[in-house]
Amino acid sequence: MTQQGVRWTADQVLALAPDAASRKAGSKLGAAGPWSEAGSSDEGTVWGLCKGSGSKPYQTVVDIADASGPAYKCSCPSRKFPCKHALGLLLLWAGGDGVVPPGRAPDWAEQWLAGRRRRTEEKRAARPSASASGSGDPEAARRRAERRAERVTAGASELEQRLADLLRGGLAGAEQTGYGLWEETAARMVDAQAPGLASRVRELGAIPASGPGWPVRLLEECALLHLLDQGWLRRARLPEELAATVRSRTGLPASADGPPARDRWLILAQYDLVDPKLTTRRIWLHGADSERTALLLSYGAAGRAPELALPVGLVLDAEVSAYPGAGQLRAALGERFAPPAPAVIRPPGVTTAQAAARYGDALRDDPWLESVPVTLDHVIPTPDGDSWQLADAGGATALPLTPSARSRPGLWRLVALSGGAPVKVFGECGHRGFNPLTAWPEGTGEAVTLC
Amino acid sequence: MNRTSAPVDPSAPGLSASADAPASAAWEELVTAALLGTDRRTPPGCAPGPDAPGALLDAAAVETVRRRAGLRPARAAERPEPAPEDPRPALPAAAARRLAMLLADRPGAGAGRSRGTAPDLMELLPQWLATANTRGFAAPPQVLPALLDAARGRTDLRPAALTFAGPRAVWLARLNPDWRFALRATPGGGAALPDTGDTEKVRQLWQEGLFAERVALLAAIRARVPSAARELLAITWPTERAEDRLMFLDSLRTGLGPDDEPFLEQALADRSRNVRATAAELLSALPGSALAGRMAVRAGACVTVDQMRETPTIAVEAPRECDPGMERDGVVTKAPAGRGERSWWFGQLVEAAPLGTWPGRLGGRTPQEIVALPVADDWQGELHAAWCRAAVRQRDAEWARTLLGTPSASEAGGPGAVSLAERAKLLGTLGSAERAEWVAGFIAAHGLSEAFQLLGVCAVPWAAPLGRAVVDALNIARDAGSYPWSFSGVMGLAERCLDPGEAGRLDGLVAVPDEPEDASPGAGGYWAEAFQRLVTTLGLRAAMAEELGTL
Repeated sequence: MTQQGVRWTADQVLALAPDAASRKAGSKLGAAGPWSEAGSSDEGTVWGLCKGSGSKPYQTVVDIADASGPAYKCSCPSRKFPCKHALGLLLLWAGGDGVVPPGRAPDWAEQWLAGRRRRTEEKRAARPSASASGSGDPEAARRRAERRAERVTAGASELEQRLADLLRGGLAGAEQTGYGLWEETAARMVDAQAPGLASRVRELGAIPASGPGWPVRLLEECALLHLLDQGWLRRARLPEELAATVRSRTGLPASADGPPARDRWLILAQYDLVDPKLTTRRIWLHGADSERTALLLSYGAAGRAPELALPVGLVLDAEVSAYPGAGQLRAALGERFAPPAPAVIRPPGVTTAQAAARYGDALRDDPWLESVPVTLDHVIPTPDGDSWQLADAGGATALPLTPSARSRPGLWRLVALSGGAPVKVFGECGHRGFNPLTAWPEGTGEAVTLC
Repeated sequence: MNRTSAPVDPSAPGLSASADAPASAAWEELVTAALLGTDRRTPPGCAPGPDAPGALLDAAAVETVRRRAGLRPARAAERPEPAPEDPRPALPAAAARRLAMLLADRPGAGAGRSRGTAPDLMELLPQWLATANTRGFAAPPQVLPALLDAARGRTDLRPAALTFAGPRAVWLARLNPDWRFALRATPGGGAALPDTGDTEKVRQLWQEGLFAERVALLAAIRARVPSAARELLAITWPTERAEDRLMFLDSLRTGLGPDDEPFLEQALADRSRNVRATAAELLSALPGSALAGRMAVRAGACVTVDQMRETPTIAVEAPRECDPGMERDGVVTKAPAGRGERSWWFGQLVEAAPLGTWPGRLGGRTPQEIVALPVADDWQGELHAAWCRAAVRQRDAEWARTLLGTPSASEAGGPGAVSLAERAKLLGTLGSAERAEWVAGFIAAHGLSEAFQLLGVCAVPWAAPLGRAVVDALNIARDAGSYPWSFSGVMGLAERCLDPGEAGRLDGLVAVPDEPEDASPGAGGYWAEAFQRLVTTLGLRAAMAEELGTL
C-alpha cells in the first residue's frame, strides 16, 4: 500500500480540520518556515519538527497509509484532533515543494508507527472472536429492551395527551406560551428514552417564532409527531420495514446490520450541523458501481469535531452497511481498502421534475422524510425575485433553493461557477426546496463544495 | 415559487403543490380549526368532543404527507444572461489552491495578538494578483465571491483584483449589491471600449458617453496616440463643465509633449482657476514651452551670483508683486497662512523655470557647482526646495541626483534642506538600479529609522545591494538590543519586497541569540520570531512565483 503518486490536494487536507480555527492555523503552518527535518516515506508516513513557542520543537507524525483513515501523533498539548501541526505538515507535503523529501523515518516517528501497526494487527486478530461472543446475556438484553420500550410507550402516550391539549385550546395560544412548555416536554421525552421524539418536540418550540406562515408549519409538524406517536404505539401491526423506520425515528438505537456492500464510493458532500450540545457531521456517498446513495453520520460532543472526515470529490474503496428501516439511507462505514483517491467519477443526474417526484416516492417509505439526496443535471442557478432557483437548462421547470441555502456564501460560489451556464449540482431536495451541497462545471473540472 | 393552492402559507416553501382545489380547501379548514382550537371550532368531518383533537391530527397528518408527496417543481424564472467568455488561460492548479488559501486568511480573526512566525497571507495578495495579471491567467470562477469580498473591504486591492477577476466578476456584481463597486470601477458597467482606431464609434462615445466612460476612453487613446486624444478633447472643450475640463486636462499628463503646447497655452485663458493652474503646471513640465521661457526669465531675475563676496554666493531678490502676467502663467497670488507672499511667489517661479537654464544664468556652472554655492540671507531652504520640485516635475535625473547628494552625507539623515518626502520624490526620477543603490547607501550610513519612506519608492523585488543593506541594518538593530516592533514597518516591507533568493542569507538570524547584558529582555526571541516570519514569507513568495510560472 504505497502512497506514491497519491498526493493529496490542500482542500482535502483542510477537510480533515476539526473546525475553522484549526483550518486557518493549519494553513499558516503549511509553509516551510517553522518546519525542519521533515520527510515522508513510501509507506505513507509524513513527519517533521515544528518550531512552536517553546524551546523544543513539536514532533509531528501522520500515518496516511492506514485504510481506516489518517492517524496523527503530535507532541503539542493541543486537544484538537488533528492539531494544527499535523494539518500544516500535511499541507506542506501536499504542496510538493520538496520541503518534505522522501526518506527514512527518524526513531521517534518509527517507534509510534511500529506501536500503531502492532495494535492494528492485534485488533484484526481479535475481531472474529469479539463478534462471536456478543455482549453478555441475551436474556438480560431482551429484558432491558422491553423495559425501554415500556418507557417510550409511556412517553409517546403522554406526548399524545399534550398534543391533544394543544389542539383543543388552539395553536394561536402557542405564540404566547413560548419555549418553556416545549423544553419541559422535550425533557420528559429524554427521560422516556425517546430522543427522536425529544428533538422533534424541541423543534416545535421554535416554530411560532419562525416568521409568517408559522401556524401551517406548526400544524404540519404536530401532525407528523402525532403520526410518529401512533406509529410507535401500533408498531406491532406495521410491516417490519416500516416498524424499523418508526423505531429509528423515535430514537431507538439500531445497529448497521445490513450486508456490507463494497464499492468505489464517491464522497459527494460533507457538512456539520452544530447544536450547542452536539455536532452532527453528515457525509453523502455515491456508489460508482451500485449507483446507491448512502449517508454516514458522525458525532462530536459540544465544540469537538466529529471523528470521521472524508475529502469531497475523492473516491473511497470501502464497504458500507445499511441501517435497518424502510427508506433509510443511513449506513455505517466498514472496512476501507484504500485511502481516498482522486477520480473523475461524477454521479448521474436527473431533471428538476424527476427530483421532485423522487422526494414524493421516498415519502411512501418514510413519511417523516425532510428531503432526499438528488443530483440535478444541466441546471442554471437563476435569480427569482429575492430568492434563487435551479432551473432546467432545457425545460420550463425549476426547484427553488431552501431559505437557509439562500443566505450561505456557497450560493455565490454556485452562481459564480455557473456564470449563467448549466452545471451539475448535488444536494438535498425536500419540501422546503433544494439545498445545494456540491457542484460540478460542465465538461471537466473539480467538484466545488457549497456547504 | 407560489404554492398556489395554499394561500394561507405566505412563506410557502419552495415547491408548488399540484392544483387540487377541494383538497386545499380541506387543508385550510384544518389549519383554521387548529388555530382556534377544537373547543371553539369543530374540524371538518369530525365529531365534536374529546376525540376531536386526535381526529384533527389524523387528518392533518394525511394532508401533510399528501401535500408533500404531491409537490411539483416551480415554473422557471427568466434565466440570467450567460457571463461573457474569459479567453485567458486557466490558472495552474497549485496557484489556484494558493489563491484560495490567501483569500481564506481574513484579517480580524487574530487581531490584537502577535502574528508569531506565521506569514501575513493577506499582505501577499496584492503581489500574487500582480503576478497573475502579468501572466494573464483567468480566475477560477468559484473563487470570485471570496475575491470580490476581499476587494470590497480593501479599496487598494480593487484595480488588480478586478482585472484578475475578469468579465465574470462584473456579471456577478450585477446580481449581488454587495459587489456594486465592481460596476462603478469598470466603465460602462463592463461594456468594452470601442477600438481606438474606429473614429466613428470613438466620436460617438466621446460625445454621448457617461463621464467615467469618457475618461476611460480618453486615457486609452492618449496611451496609444497622444495627439488623437488631444484632438478629441478639443472638439468638445468649450462646452465641458469646469470640473470635467480639469479631469480631462489631467489625462494629458500621460505622453505630454511639445505638440500639446498650443492647446495648453489656450487653456491658460480658461474661465476656471484650477484648469488654468493645471495647464500652467503641464506647460512648465515642457522645458521648451513659451511659458517655461517666461518663467525662466522671471526666476532668473530673482537669482544672481554675488561675485563681490569672498566666496561667490547666491543672492535672492524675491518678486515684489504678482503681476497679471504671472497670474496668467499659473502663479497663485494668495499665499497659504503663515507664509510670506514674496517667498511664496518666488518658490512658484523657480519651480516652473526649466532647470536647464540655470547653468547659463549662473556663470556657466554645473548643477553640482550651483547646488554647492552658499545662499545668502537664509534663502537656501526655499531655493533648494523649489529646485527639488522642479526636478521632480521636469523629471530631470541630473538635478535630482545633485540635490539628493551622497547618501552617506551627514545632513542626508537629518532634517536638512531637503526633507525625506522630497528625497523620496527625487528618487522617483532616477533609474531603479540607481535608486536602490542610493537607498542602500543611505541605510548603511543612517540605519533604518528614517528609511521607511525611501524604501517605499524602490522597485520590487529589491535589488541585491539594497536587500543586503536592509538585512545588515536589521541585524545591527538586533545586536543593539532594541525590540523588533520598532522596525515593524521595515520588517513588513522586507517580507513583501526582499528578493526570495536572499532567504539563504537570513539562515543565521533565525536562531535565538544569547542575550547581551544591556539588551531589552526577551528581545532575542522576538527577533528570531520576526526573522523566521521573514524567511517563511520569502519561501511562500518563491513558491507563489513558481506556481505562477515566473521562475
